[in-house]
This record gives sequence, structure tokens and C-alpha cells, in this order.
Amino acid sequence: MATQEMEQLVRREYKQGFVTDIESDTVPPGLDENTIAFISQKKGEPEWMLEWRLDAYRQWLKMTSPSWAHLDYPPIDYQAISYYSAPKKPEDRPQSLDEVDPKLLETYEKLGIPLHERAALAGVAVDAVFDSVSVTTTFKEKLGEAGVIFCSISEAIRDYPELIKQYLGTVVPKGDNYFAALNSAVFTDGSFVFVPEGVTCPMELSTYFRINAANTGQFERTLIICEKQAQVSYLEGCTAPMRDENQLHAAVVELVALEDAYIKYSTVQNWYPGDEDGKGGIYNFVTKRGDCRGDRSRISWTQVETGSAITWKYPSCVLRGKDSVGEFYSVAVTNNRQQADTGTKMIHIGENTRSTIVSKGISAGRANQSYRGLVKIGPRARNARNYTQCDSLLIGDQCGAHTYPYQEIGNSSATVEHEATTSKIGEDQLFYCRSRGISEEDAVNMIVNGFCKDVFQELPMEFAVEAEALLNVTLEGAVG
Amino acid sequence: MSEEQTFLDALKAREATRDVAEPTWIAARRQAASARFEAVGFPTKRNEAWKYTDVRAIARGDFALATDAEFSRASAAALTLPIEALRLTFVDGIFSAPLSDLSELPKGVTIEPLTEALEANHEAVGAVLGRLAGVDFSPFAALNTAFAEEGAVIRLAPGTVVEKPIILQFLSRAHEQPVMSHPRVLIEAGARSEATVLEHHVGEAEAANFTNLVSEALLERGAILTYYKLQEAPLGDLHISSLHVDQGRDSRFTSFNLNLGGALVRNDIVTDLNAEGAETQYYGLFYAQGRQHVDNHTLVNHNAPRTFSEENYKGILDDRARGVFNGKVIVKRDSQKIEANQNNANLLLSDRAEIDTKPELEIYADDVKCSHGATTGQLDEKAIYALRTRGIDEQTARGLLTLAFAGEVMEAVKLDAVAERVELAVAGKLPERFNLSGLVETAVALGEE
Amino acid sequence: MLEVKDLHVSVEGNEILKGLSLTVTAGEVHAIMGPNGAGKSTLSAVIAGEDGYEVTSGSITFEGRDVLEMEIEERAQAGLLLGFQYPVEIPGVKNVYLLKAALNAQRVARGEGEIPAPEFMKLVKEKINFMKMDSSFLQRAVNEGFSGGEKKRNEILQMLVLQPKLAMLDEIDSGLDIDAMKVVAKGVNSLRDPKRGILIVTHYQRLLDHVEPDVVHVLVDGRIVKSGDKDLALELESRGYDWLVEESAA
Repeated sequence: MATQEMEQLVRREYKQGFVTDIESDTVPPGLDENTIAFISQKKGEPEWMLEWRLDAYRQWLKMTSPSWAHLDYPPIDYQAISYYSAPKKPEDRPQSLDEVDPKLLETYEKLGIPLHERAALAGVAVDAVFDSVSVTTTFKEKLGEAGVIFCSISEAIRDYPELIKQYLGTVVPKGDNYFAALNSAVFTDGSFVFVPEGVTCPMELSTYFRINAANTGQFERTLIICEKQAQVSYLEGCTAPMRDENQLHAAVVELVALEDAYIKYSTVQNWYPGDEDGKGGIYNFVTKRGDCRGDRSRISWTQVETGSAITWKYPSCVLRGKDSVGEFYSVAVTNNRQQADTGTKMIHIGENTRSTIVSKGISAGRANQSYRGLVKIGPRARNARNYTQCDSLLIGDQCGAHTYPYQEIGNSSATVEHEATTSKIGEDQLFYCRSRGISEEDAVNMIVNGFCKDVFQELPMEFAVEAEALLNVTLEGAVG
Repeated sequence: MSEEQTFLDALKAREATRDVAEPTWIAARRQAASARFEAVGFPTKRNEAWKYTDVRAIARGDFALATDAEFSRASAAALTLPIEALRLTFVDGIFSAPLSDLSELPKGVTIEPLTEALEANHEAVGAVLGRLAGVDFSPFAALNTAFAEEGAVIRLAPGTVVEKPIILQFLSRAHEQPVMSHPRVLIEAGARSEATVLEHHVGEAEAANFTNLVSEALLERGAILTYYKLQEAPLGDLHISSLHVDQGRDSRFTSFNLNLGGALVRNDIVTDLNAEGAETQYYGLFYAQGRQHVDNHTLVNHNAPRTFSEENYKGILDDRARGVFNGKVIVKRDSQKIEANQNNANLLLSDRAEIDTKPELEIYADDVKCSHGATTGQLDEKAIYALRTRGIDEQTARGLLTLAFAGEVMEAVKLDAVAERVELAVAGKLPERFNLSGLVETAVALGEE
Repeated sequence: MLEVKDLHVSVEGNEILKGLSLTVTAGEVHAIMGPNGAGKSTLSAVIAGEDGYEVTSGSITFEGRDVLEMEIEERAQAGLLLGFQYPVEIPGVKNVYLLKAALNAQRVARGEGEIPAPEFMKLVKEKINFMKMDSSFLQRAVNEGFSGGEKKRNEILQMLVLQPKLAMLDEIDSGLDIDAMKVVAKGVNSLRDPKRGILIVTHYQRLLDHVEPDVVHVLVDGRIVKSGDKDLALELESRGYDWLVEESAA
């Protein structure tokens, strides 16, 4: 499409609805091809990117929202969501993390780890996505010296179109599922990481996602590529303010690991979970997938999920390369009326591929939580191995914990083991702690943290502390 | 014409030939069931419960209804299990009096073919039949309800203990045009009664019939029922069955679900633990080879506190066979002090075989101890080493351990004739490379001395 | 029949056997004694072919064949059988299966046919009675839920059924009460035969009170430092190992 036609298309949308605020950086609620063209234009994207989005949108229109998860929520009105929102004037945008909403900082202060300090002291490079726009990326220069590209996906589309064309949508295709298709059509920002051959990224990379504006959805897109023998450790954190209405978050994360590459992706998700009665909270529908494309590559997902009203999330690994390794370590905590249907998929395609799944679910209040996992061993995956450990802890008699592990095994040399347990906190353990003078709440926290230890130790050090603190905050008032 | 229409037409044709009018409740139920079947149709892979099992071999089939129960006494004898038992025999689903034996029926026990039970007191049957297995359970349950005429009714008066096993023998004959049967079994076990029921499917090697069985068992307070299913159906048979169990206080139900035969096999077992102290145990073994497809779905509903369930299923798959295991345990809200354990282990003997397994837990109470495990994998290398130090070559060692793998389920079997039959069958099915010829026979002989 | 020459064996880089030589001839009972950590169990493990032992030099031959080149089961089929100190439990595999399969493997390796079932049954019953074991034991899984004494008896029973040319017994007397010890000793003595060698590896003299050895070897720090007749065992019993340890160090 020529630039001229592009302009026409954008102009056409003026007629059809983006009436008032086109000069400002918000769109009214609603979704059609014009909305997508608007987003694309706003981002200054090339024509091929718009085509890509529109193709995704057209696929999405033909799809239906999945209903197989153990989740109960009213139908989402996609026309009631605003698909683009940014602080109105450029000078209003936070220029540094210090200017980020103090409430966000407060949340982290409560956890004992101020965000700006963490960034500086821990040497973390942070890309903060504020609503739909990447606010700031720190440590760019230092990374640049190592040859690592770390920028917002919007910048990457402009500055590294060849890499985007080569990799975007190759792990999670546009039409992969309902929410991935929606994301592909309307994603507004996200992070891009490229670690060239042989380079070990000199620092932890990190993105903070924040939904701020009312009635907006957040659709970020993350793409991480590690070339041969490259390594990176990446962490995302998420928060949102308390609002009475539900907000939609539908992200896509794609990881590509070539030969001998190693990607470690950690998530501490603390989206607003809604109040005690289930009012408000984020609907979190996320597609995360890593592709171990090269031999001996390794992708490791670690997640601590304490937030969101609804979580629908299955970080997965496609183990294509020989001897490649996939890992999934998860702690999910649901309290009050939270619902989570989460787990992983390990698709073994190559020979000698190995995967490990450790999932710890804690359910309290009136929450319902499900582990849903798939281990698939293809006919060519000689000597593939999987080990799955999946434990649920129940606190209170009004919550639910469910386990749905699928195993599809088509190779006689495979070894697949799945173990799962569900139980409540041991009365004897609680009694023992309390007889030593520990309050019941502290005792629960201790026991729960012990229960989650196998996962916490997979987190980068400074975030393990945060995760423990988050867990305690989430379970506040769960006992007694 | 839709696949369903073939079956609906067969139903109409059958009704047209019926010379005596049926009681109205039966007619009404048939109608409701056929309407239900017509509405939902045969399940497809989009249906989660049928995700891994393709029933097109049934849906596209053209099955007649058998019209007689002829079967030579000699060939029946060769197929019959050598167990002293109370026995009802069905040939292609039709009751055969000559091949049945109900002499020495102990006091307090009623065992009747369904046709006779209906004749004697159809209202008593109607009051219970279908209570556990509704037409909405599955399209096949609906189809069964629409067609069912034959089957068995077993009633145990309170306190009755039946020593001899009660065998329901289903024989499948080879026909030019394959036949279908929709037997219905009803068991009412009164308080503190005790019995063993064995459902045995076997037949002529060339048979390729469709059996669609629905069984219901009600266990009153303290009743003990052991239910064996030994499915050695001919390798061309298509076999669908569901067993629905309802348990009262302190009752105990044990199921042995042993599947060796059939081209396409789907078993559903559902137990409702409705009162405190009720306990259910599921044991299962399936061995599939060639292109056999065996699907076992189990469900335990813990509807009351202090109820217990235990499940142990093992599968061995060779050649291009496919096995499915789906075990589900649901603990209802306020069903506290529950213990539920579930285990499924599988061995694949060939790279073209496949197993799809899904052990599920759905838990809505907190004071529970639930666990499940599923493994698919390799024999214990240490055990192989130990056997090799005794001079046994590696393949034979693997054979022995594979046999042992099946044996872990069979250890709990109390009917020796069944255990031996299965062990011999498994040993006979193991690939030749395992080199176990004659071994099991010797052991059996030694055990019998 | 068994020749061990200048055998050096390492485990995870540590040399355990440091030039061990040993000859066992048919008709003899040899006892290898030594303090803990001298390498006794390593020797039997290497002869049986267990994983994790690296033979860095030296040789083991059995009736002229290179044992180290033989598969694990070939060794047993050739008549080289080890009774374990800690027999492994094999859930689900019945003892009777193990016995028959092992016996047949041996016979087939020798070019004989498989044993006819009646003959096998007769043999097994005879041996099981001899070992004062209950016949129900045959239908139980190998070593599963067995007491220590039962496991050891089972090892001897296998020897009696399989009739090896060289029976090696690794600490077979450990953990046995006196009655069990007598039964085990009776079994071992019944294995004595002009055509058979027996190699007993033991820490204590105890078993040797019941099974009289023809030759006693003392293994210290990976080498045989002294060999003698049964009196040597008695001397070790009264004097301990220290004097030999010192002597070998000197």
C-alpha cells in the first residue's frame, strides 16, 4: 500500500467515528478496522505492519472466545474497550521512573523494594509500559555496547523491521487463539529484546506493565530473540490501580532460542484482583510461548501470579531442537473471588528433549484455581523426558483447586511422570509454629512460602524477596 | 442420510415389528431417549469427553439387531470361564436360557433376564432403572435407553451374602452383517449384602459387532459389591459401556476393569459416594495391540464427607494401538475428610503406539488428601540389571518386568481363574522378542498344585 | 577357573583396587576377608559387571574367557553368579518367573533345551524345602517385603537352582540371626562340589565357623596382603586386622 493510500485510509476513519480527539492520544471505545489503522498510524508503522494487523483482525472476527477453561465471567464487550490510550501531552509523560504514578511506587514500597532503587541498585534495565506506551528504557547505552537491543516493540518495528519481519508471529501465529489474534490486531506496545550470537546479556532486563486509564485494554507484545549461544534473563512485573470495572489485558509473548541459547523469563504478576466481593479487577488473557528452535537451547518460565480477577495463561515451550530443555515453575495464589486457569504446554518434537514442570497453587477465600497442562511427546522425540510436580494448597472451605493434566505420548522411549497432590495446610504444622509463639497468619505465610520454595528459588534473587512479600500481602486475611 | 438416521431408522423398524405393546413408561422413555440421541448425535473430537476417541467406526456402521441366541454348547463351553458361578448368558445381546445356569440360587437373591423381570413386575424395574444413567450422560446412553430390551436384573435382599460369583456372559457371534446390542444391567444391593459380579465379554474370533452396554448398581448401607469386567471381545468388536454406581453409607465398591479385546473400546465408570464411610476402588488394566483403541473414563463424585476412593489403572500399548485414560475425582463443597488417590501408569512397547492420559482433580473442600499420578515410561533399569546378573538376557528381563507391570493390578484380583486368564493372555500378547514362552503356564501349573 | 590379575579399579577417580591378584580353582572354597573400605565389595561388583566401576588395568578371566568383555548376563550364563549383600526388590516379578527364566537362559546359552516344566517344578520344590522356605514364596515378588534373612535365603536358593560354576557370596552373612545363618551355611555347604568354586567375601569370621574355607585371603587397601588356610581366619578373629594393615603399610 502506498503512503498516499495509507493516508486515505486514515482520513477515512475521521469520517467514521474518531470524531473528537484525533489530535489527542486517546480513542473512544470501539473496535473496527479503522481503530487498527489509527493505532498503526499513531505508531508510525510501515504499511506491511498494518496489513499484518488487519489480517489478524479478520481472523479474530471469525473466532469465538474459548469456553473450555474452568472460569466464570460475563461475556466481554469488545466495543466497550478503548484500544489506545496515552498521556495526552508529550510533556505529561513520565520522563523517568521517578515520575511514574506514585501509587505504583507505593505498592512496591509496601513490598520493601522501591522501583527506582531496584532499577539503579540492582543494575536492572527497565522498560516501563505505562498504559499503551513505552515510557522509558534505561541502560540502553550499556546494553548497546554488548550488542544487545532492548527497546519498545514500536521502536523495533521502526528501527529493526528485518528482525521483526523475520520473527514476529513465528512462535505465536496471528490466528493462534482468540486472544492472540486480538492482540496481534491491536497491540500497542511491549518490549523487544535481541541478543546476538555468543553474547550473554550483561544485566537482568525488566519491563513493568501498568494499566492506568479507565476503560482501556492493554495489549502488549513482547518478542525476545537469543541467537546461538546467547543468554538473557528477563523479568516482567505488572500492576494496575484499583478500579470498579473490569479491565482487559491480552498480551502475547514470543521467545526464540537458537542453538545453545538460554532464555529465562520471569513474571511477577500483580494486576489488581478485584475487591473481596469480586468487583473490579483485571481479566488477564495471555499467550506466552517459547520456541527452542536450536539444538541444546533452553527456555525457562518462572511465574508468580498473585493478581488479576481472571487469569488465563499457559506459558509454553516448543522443544524443537535436539537436547533442548523447557522449564515451567509457577506459583499461583488466588484469594477472595479470584479465578485462575493456568499451566503450561511442553511440546516435545526433537530427540532427547527434556522438560520440567513445577506448579504450586494456593487457593483461599472463595477463589477457584485450576492447573491445566499438556505434555506432548511426538513420534520423533526419542528419549524425551518430562517430570511434572503439581501441588495445591487449600486455605478455607469455600475455595476450589483443580488439576487437569493432559499427556499425549507417542513414543515408546519417552519417560513422562506426573505427580499431583491437593491438601490443606497441616494442622500439626500450624500448631507446632504457634506453640513456638508464631501468630497463625505468620505461620501460614511460613508454611505457604515453604510450599513454594521450589519455585521461588528459580526467581532472580531480588525478585524472590518481592514474590514472598507479595504472597503474604495477597493472603492477608485468608485465615481466621 | 445422517449417520444418526441409520440408527433411528433401525429403532423405528424394530418398533414396527413389536407385537405386544410395551408399558407406557418404557415407550415414553424410548421416545425421549431417541429424541435426545437425535438432538446431540454421535460425539466428535470437539467434545472434551471424546477428544481422543473417534467413534466413526460405529456411526458409519450398519448394524442389524440379532434375532436369535443360537450358540453351540461346545463352543460356548470353550469360551466360558472355568468358575463355579451363577450365570446368565447373552448371545449378541439376547438371553440364552440353555447357556445360563441359575440352579442353586441362594435365598434372598434374584437374578433375572431383564425381559423376565419386566414381565414379572415392570413397575418395580421402572422405578429404579435409569435413575443413575440418564439419557444425557452420553449419546450412547441415550441410544441404549432407546433400544434396550435385554439385559439382567440382580437384586440382593438386605443381609444376603452370595458366595458364588454372578457371571453375566456376553457372547459375540460372527455374522455376514454385523449386529448391535444394547444390553441393560441393573443391580440393587440391599443393606449389608455382599456379592461379586463378573461381566465377561468374549466371542467368535471373526465377529465385528457393536455392543452398547449400560449398567447401574445401587449399594445400600454397608453393601459390598465387587464388579469385574473381563473384556476379551473379538478383535473386530466395537464396545461401548458405562457403569453407574450409587453408594450408600459405609458401602464398598470395587471395580476391576480388564480390557484385552475389541477394536474400539470405550468404558465409562461413574461412582457417586453419597454418604459417609462409602469407599470405592477402581482397578484397571488394558492391553492393546495392532490398531486397537481402548479408552477408559472414570469419575468419582465425593458427595459426602469421609468418603474414600482409590484408583489404579495400567496400560500396555503395542504396535499402532492407542490408549486413553481419563480419571476424574470431584470433591463437592463441604465434603470434608476425603481421601482420594489416583494412579495411571503406562508402557509403550512400540514407537507407533500412543497413550493420552489425563488424571483430573476438581476439589471444592479443603480438608482433603488427594493425589494423583500418571507415568508413562521405562522399566526400572536396576531391576533389569538384577535380572541380567541371573543370566537372563535383556529382552527376557524386559518381558518379565512388563508382565510384572500388569501383575501389580492383577495381584488384587481374587478370582483366580480371571487372574490366570489375564496373565496368560498378557504373556501371550507380549512381543516375541520378550521370549517368555511357557513361563507363565509353568507358574500357573505350579500354583495349582 | 577364576583368574584375577593385577586388577586396578577406580570409582569416580579414586583407586579402590590397587593391583589385586587372585586365583580360584574348582573344588575350593575361598574366603576374602578384610577391614571396611578395603575393596571387598568392589571386587565382587566388578566381577558381576556392575556399572560405575572403572577397570584401569589388569584382567579377570573365567575358564579362559575375558570376563570384562562379557555382558552381565553372559557372566551369569557362563556360571559366574553373585549373591548380593543388598538384593534389590523387584515389585511384581514373581520369584518363580525369575528362577525359571534364569535357568532357561543358562541352559539355552549352553546349547541345551529349556527345562521341561515338570522337571523344573520338581527341582524348585526340592530346593525350597531344603532352604526351609514356604512354597508360597515362589508366587511372591522378588525380595519385595522380605526380611533381611529372607532376602539372603533367596540369594542362596537361586544358587541352588542355578548351580553356578563359581558362586560368589558378598557379605551374605550380614544381618542374619543364628538360625538363618545356619540355613544359609547349610545351603552354601551343599554347593560344595569338586567342579565348583566358591568365593566368600566377608568381614567376619562368623560364617566361616559354618563353612570351612580352603583358602583365606586378606584384602587390605586394594591388595591381597596375605593368604593362608582356615587358621588365618581364626587369627584375624582374635587379632583383628590392624597388624596386617601395619604390615602392609611397612
